[in-house]
Amino acid sequence: MVGLVGRLWNLQYKSIVKEASGKALAVAKFFCVLHVTNTYLCTFALAYGPNMVLTFNLTGDMFLAERLSIKFGKVGPGDIVLLRYPESPRKVMVKCLLGLESHSVTYVVDPMKSDRRDTVVVPKGHVWVEGDNIYNSRDSRQFGPVPYGLLEGKVFCKIWPPKEFGSLMKSGMKDPDL
Amino acid sequence: MGTQSLLWNSVKKFLTCGLIGLTISDRYASIVPVRGASMSPTFNPRARNFTDDYVLVEKFCLKKYEFSHGDVVVFCSPSNHKEKHIKRIIALPGDWIGTTHNSHDDVLKVPKGHCWVEGDNSASSMDSRSFGPIPLGLVKGRVTHVVWPPQRIGLVERVFPQERVSSFK
Repeated sequence: MVGLVGRLWNLQYKSIVKEASGKALAVAKFFCVLHVTNTYLCTFALAYGPNMVLTFNLTGDMFLAERLSIKFGKVGPGDIVLLRYPESPRKVMVKCLLGLESHSVTYVVDPMKSDRRDTVVVPKGHVWVEGDNIYNSRDSRQFGPVPYGLLEGKVFCKIWPPKEFGSLMKSGMKDPDL
Repeated sequence: MGTQSLLWNSVKKFLTCGLIGLTISDRYASIVPVRGASMSPTFNPRARNFTDDYVLVEKFCLKKYEFSHGDVVVFCSPSNHKEKHIKRIIALPGDWIGTTHNSHDDVLKVPKGHCWVEGDNSASSMDSRSFGPIPLGLVKGRVTHVVWPPQRIGLVERVFPQERVSSFK
């Protein structure tokens, strides 16, 4: 009698363990697919603040950024990019790419004070980024050209607020001198 | 028909393993070879070795980007994002580091969010002495252990030239 109960218990136990491990594997696979998509294909980001006020709202927009262009080097001047803050590695910012390596970029040094312009050649392996709103944006004008390795994604589509859903046109910013 | 479904099953298993392996390597830890002698004698102590040292790189440090003096890290090169280098962090944001520039001594302050990296083998190492402090955002992992060759398996110690760094914290 005890032997029969024992065998029944073993059978149930085995099937429970099998089912549980099957479900755990499915969850792990889902998580991995999510991670690979987020890291290598496409990611969400939230932008807020006055940095890019001409393209984005002050109160916060969500958009999609894709990763493949960055990995294959297919970004150029005029693209809106997601990149890590050089001064704070945990923060990510959205800026407009103005120059790649060896481009010559002319910028207004301090638009609040004067119209003085400066020209700089972007060094190898770096990019020059500026916010749309040059009056209120911390970008390459303050911290210089940024290493390409800090780029995280290229913004291609806005998904929030819903009435502004759609792909972004290349920013109509000044063309850098080449 | 039987071999087709067998093939498909194998492909699925292979893809699953690949996905899981990629996720673990990106988020938790991976094993990478060390090329070159810029970190000699910590890694690749003798140039005549037939095989490079292999080290364990952990990615948990990338959640907070908190590093200590003497950590050995993997980072993207500031002059070529496709290359990765392995060097030791000598100075952290806000530290003053003593360097020699054009044969006269200089003291630099490491800017916010950046770090100063140097190879242990200062005679043959391209590091912050040539390209300056690097943003911490370029760091891709921290080296914790040597895992190959077997006779050198062990923890990677945190050592750094304390006399060249001062941090007023």
